[in-house]
Amino acid sequence: MATHARRHTDRPPLRGMDSLLASKEMIVVCGSGGVGKTTMSAAMGAVAATQLGGRVLVITVDPARRLATALGLDRVGNNETQVDPAILRKALAGTALTPPPGTKQGELWVAMLDTKAGWNELIRRHAPNDDQREKILANPLYQNITTRFVHSHGYIAMERLREIHASGRYDLVIVDTPPSRNALDLLDSPARMAEFFGSRLLKWLTVPYRSRLFTAASKPFYQVADRILGSRFLQDIAEFFILFQSMEKGFVARAREVERLLVDPRNAFVIVSTLEAAPAHEAGYLAEELQRRKMSLGAIILNRTLPAAIRQPVAAKAARDLCAASEDAATVRALAAKLKVDAADVKSVMAEVGARFHDISVVATREAERRAELEAIGAMTVAAPSLDRDVTDLTGLLELGGHIFAS
Amino acid sequence: MDGKGALSAAFEVPPLEFAATQMLPNLWGMEMNTEDSLREYLRLFVRIPLLARIGPLAHTLDFIADAAPGVKEILAVGKLCYEAKEDHYDLVVVDAEASGHIVAQVGAPRAIREMVQVGPVREQTQWMIEVLEDPARTGVVVVTTPEEMPVTETIELIGRLDHETGVAVAGVVANRVLPALFSEREAAVFQRLDEAGPRATLVETAGAAVETVFQAASLTEARRRVGASHLERLRDDLGSEIPLLIIPELFIRAAGRRVVTLVAESIRDEL
Repeated sequence: MATHARRHTDRPPLRGMDSLLASKEMIVVCGSGGVGKTTMSAAMGAVAATQLGGRVLVITVDPARRLATALGLDRVGNNETQVDPAILRKALAGTALTPPPGTKQGELWVAMLDTKAGWNELIRRHAPNDDQREKILANPLYQNITTRFVHSHGYIAMERLREIHASGRYDLVIVDTPPSRNALDLLDSPARMAEFFGSRLLKWLTVPYRSRLFTAASKPFYQVADRILGSRFLQDIAEFFILFQSMEKGFVARAREVERLLVDPRNAFVIVSTLEAAPAHEAGYLAEELQRRKMSLGAIILNRTLPAAIRQPVAAKAARDLCAASEDAATVRALAAKLKVDAADVKSVMAEVGARFHDISVVATREAERRAELEAIGAMTVAAPSLDRDVTDLTGLLELGGHIFAS
Repeated sequence: MDGKGALSAAFEVPPLEFAATQMLPNLWGMEMNTEDSLREYLRLFVRIPLLARIGPLAHTLDFIADAAPGVKEILAVGKLCYEAKEDHYDLVVVDAEASGHIVAQVGAPRAIREMVQVGPVREQTQWMIEVLEDPARTGVVVVTTPEEMPVTETIELIGRLDHETGVAVAGVVANRVLPALFSEREAAVFQRLDEAGPRATLVETAGAAVETVFQAASLTEARRRVGASHLERLRDDLGSEIPLLIIPELFIRAAGRRVVTLVAESIRDEL
C-alpha cells in the first residue's frame, strides 16, 4: 500500500478539491452503488461552475427524478441540457458560498448516459455502409448485446467522455460512472473491447459455417456449442458477428483512444465512498488498483461521515453525565418548569439521548478506523458530512459541493 | 452468486466452492461458478463424448457469455433450479447479484426460449420456467435500506419483475432501519431541550461536550425521520400484498457470525 503511495509523491500533491476541479478537464467518479455518487457528481459540477466559472458538464447515469427536479429540469435526457443560469444564481445566493472576486458565473450542463443510444451512435459511426448499419441495428441479437456485452455500460460511459472532451465544448466534464459489480470492469472495458475483435472466439464464430468442420482447433468447440445451442442459433450469432467484424478497425481504434484517456494527465478519478465496511473496502481496492495502473487518483470523497467530535472521550463523559443528571430529580424538575413540559418526558429524553450516544460513537469509531485505512493509501481524502436531510434542490447540491470544495 | 467471499466471511468458514459444503448443521453453502455449472450441465444432460479433450472451458464460456446473451445467466439460474427440482434441499436461498441483473437472470429461461428456436437448450428452459414461475416454489425477496435511491430502485425492480418476468415477489426486507429515539411527545421536548436556554443548564450539569451529545442525537433522529418517510413511500407502494420486514440497524463492533446471529433473530421476530 505504502509503496504505491510513494510512487506518486514525485508529483506534488494537489492541495484540495478546489485545485483538483480547477486543474483537470475530466473527472471520472467511481464507487459502489448507494454511496451518493450521482449526487456528489452533480454537487461537484455545481460548485465548479459557480466557484470557478467556465462550462461544466455532468454526465449522470440514470439519475433519480429528484435530481432532475433539483436541477430545475423536467428530466435529464441523453442530450446535453443547460441548467437555467437564473436558477443557478438564485440557488447560489441561498448558500454561504462566495465566488472569488471577479469570477464570472459559469454554465452548468447535464446529460444522462443512455447506453443503448451510445451503442447506436457507435454503430452509426463505424458501420462501413448504410446497408451494414441497418442490418446490425435490426439484428435481434443486437439489443441483448448492447446491454450486456463486454461490460458495455462502463465502456459507453468512457467513450462518451472521450467524445465530449474531444469536442472542446466544455472546460470540465464530470462523469458519474455506472455502478459495477467490480470497479475494475470500468478500467478494463476499453482493452476488452479491443481484444474482443482479435479473439480466437470471434474468429471461430465468424468462420463461414461450412469450413468450420475442417478447422481442427475449433472443432471440439463447435461440437459443444452445437449440442447446447443448436446449429440454427449458432448461425444467427455468426451472422451477427460477421456484421460486427466489419467495424473492427473503427472500434479498435476508438477503444485504444478511450484506453489512453484513462491515463491522460488531464483526467482524474474521484472515488466516492461511505465509511461502511463494504463500500470502503471496494474503494480501497479501486484506489490501489488505480495507483498500480498509474492512473491519476484525484481524491477519495468520504461521504456521510459523522462529526469527529463524537469520538472525543469528553463527549462520552458528557453522555454519561447526562444519564446521571436524568436521575437527579431537582435538575429534571427545574428544566421541566423552565420549558413548561412534563418532567417525566424531560427525564426520559435526557436518559435516551445520553444512552444512545454510545451507539452513535460505536459507529463513529468504526468510521474512523476505515477512514484511517483509506487515508493510508496516500491520495487526497475529503470528508463530506452526514446531512440531516436528503439533498433535494440546487442549493442543497451547492452546499454539499461547498463542504468538499473548501476542505 | 457474486463470488466475493462475503458468504464464507459471514459464516466464518473457509472459502466456498461450486460443490456445496456444510457450514452449520442443516445449512450448506456454495459459490456460483458458471464454468463449473456448464461442466455439470454437459455431464448431466448433454452427455458430450470426449469432454476431457475440450480442455478448460473458460475460453469457450467467455465466448458464449459475450456472444450469446442469456447463456451465462441461464447456467447460473439453471443450476439453482436444478437443485430445487431435485429436492436436494428443503429451501434454496440465493444471494443474487445486484438488482440490475436479477431481472435478466430470472428472465433468462424465457428470453432463451424466445431466441433459440430448436435444440436442447430450448427444451431445458421449460422445467426451469416451471420452477421459477410457481409462486409456491420460487419468490424474490428484495432487500433495501430506508434511503431514497434504494427505495426507488426497489419499487422499480418490483415493477420490472412484475412486467418482464413471471417470477413472484415474496417480500421486501428493509435493512438497517434506525430505531426511534423518542415518542412524538418526547421529540417535542427534545427540540425544546436543544434550544439555547435549556442547553446552558445541561452544559452546567454535564459539561460543554453535551453539545456534541445533542448534535449526535439530533443528526441520528433527523436521518431516522428521513428514512421513515422513504419507508412510508415503500409501504404505500407495496400495499397489503407484499409483506415488509423491518430489520433494525446494529450498533456493534462485530462482523461475521455475530451479525448473522443478530440479523437472524430480527428476521425470526418479524416473521
